[in-house]
Amino acid sequence: MKKTCEIAVTVNGTVYEAAVEPRLLLADFLRHTLGLTGTHVGCEHGVCGACTVLVDSDSARSCLMLAVQADGRSVETVESLGSIGQMNELQESFHAHHALQCGFCTPGMLMTATDLLRKYPLATDDDIRKGLSGNLCRCTGYEHIVKAVRAVVKTGKKQ
Amino acid sequence: MKPPEFDYIVATDCDTAVAALARAGGEAKILAGGQSLMPMLNFRLLHPSILVDINRIPGLGFIDETPDSIRIGALTRHFQLETSSLIARHFPVLSCAVAHVGHLAIRNRGTIGGSLSHADPAAELPMMAVLLDATLRIVSAAGSRTVAARDFFLDAMTVDLNGTELLTEIVLAKLPAQTGWGFEEIVRRHGDFALAAAAATLTLSANEIVQARIALTGVGPTPLRAAQAESLLVGRGFDESLGRRAIEAVREAISPETDLHASADFRRHLAGVLTGRALAAAWRRGRRDKSAA
Repeated sequence: MKKTCEIAVTVNGTVYEAAVEPRLLLADFLRHTLGLTGTHVGCEHGVCGACTVLVDSDSARSCLMLAVQADGRSVETVESLGSIGQMNELQESFHAHHALQCGFCTPGMLMTATDLLRKYPLATDDDIRKGLSGNLCRCTGYEHIVKAVRAVVKTGKKQ
Repeated sequence: MKPPEFDYIVATDCDTAVAALARAGGEAKILAGGQSLMPMLNFRLLHPSILVDINRIPGLGFIDETPDSIRIGALTRHFQLETSSLIARHFPVLSCAVAHVGHLAIRNRGTIGGSLSHADPAAELPMMAVLLDATLRIVSAAGSRTVAARDFFLDAMTVDLNGTELLTEIVLAKLPAQTGWGFEEIVRRHGDFALAAAAATLTLSANEIVQARIALTGVGPTPLRAAQAESLLVGRGFDESLGRRAIEAVREAISPETDLHASADFRRHLAGVLTGRALAAAWRRGRRDKSAA
């Protein structure tokens, strides 16, 4: 059995090839191998949601996936949403509604909210709260995060 | 908080998966959705010699209809179940329950086969398998067999799989006409494991219950059926006093544990309250649903 596996992963539209240990977590592959530190690592056991990314368009916790599992897949991280000075609508809404304080949970919140907005009508604030219940924030008390997502729901635009 | 070293195999079909399991002699672990296995690896609670990744096996994630059953492939993700029109039509109780499993990111990855094989004592899908009298198909290098969900869950996180076997399919017999359902769960936060949950189906004929099923989770090492309470209901019409007797029978039948989330007494109390609500909902839906197939 070989010690490393060759993988090719499309991250934010760019194909990256690397030889990785099977036990390397996708989160560590993104941060350490590729240097994409926008994805944050909190609990490393699937509880805090900070490391949430999209894998083939579906949100997934990157601490609960191996990098080798992403071989041939398309991964989108928070870096794909926008850039400084050119944030996307959801990021702008987080900014406008003060939906972050320290910002540690924000990448996971944004990626989770992106998937929620695509999959659920989010008709009520309770729906938004339930949808975000897997993402922990220790600063905001969630109120402003819910408001930020609500504002994007109201625009009705596809994320 | 990083997994230990292991060898890694991508299975391309069930035969290569079970051959790898057989070669490892029980030291392998199957990687499906990874939503329970990966935390256990990260915590180093497990040290498998080899991980057999079944995610790329084509045709292992499906929801199919036969004349008298719905077949669900083991690799079917929770989100597929949640949004399946076949499941919504034939097993609305399962559609309801699966929406309570974890969070969206977990439902995108987690699989029904993984959830049943992992068998967390407070999980929703093992309880659904027991409620709906699921039949589980299991393969190994030695052959295949089926087991009833009721006989599958042996203890907390312990099931009737010997380490070289792979659960491949869950078969649910369609419910009779005029069957109502209820699902009730108490959690501290949406998506958490249940402090307690109860689900019921009531099949009615002329305002009389002809078949009753009550399943509970979070109140013992495995999901369970409340046989005593079920038999109390059969042959009667549901009302408040019958509901109270069923609740008492459920509370007597269970031995929940105290842990940091809830005391045994509180869980026993919840199990009764939730059973009452689930039965009332099942009765209401069954009565409303006179023509439904």
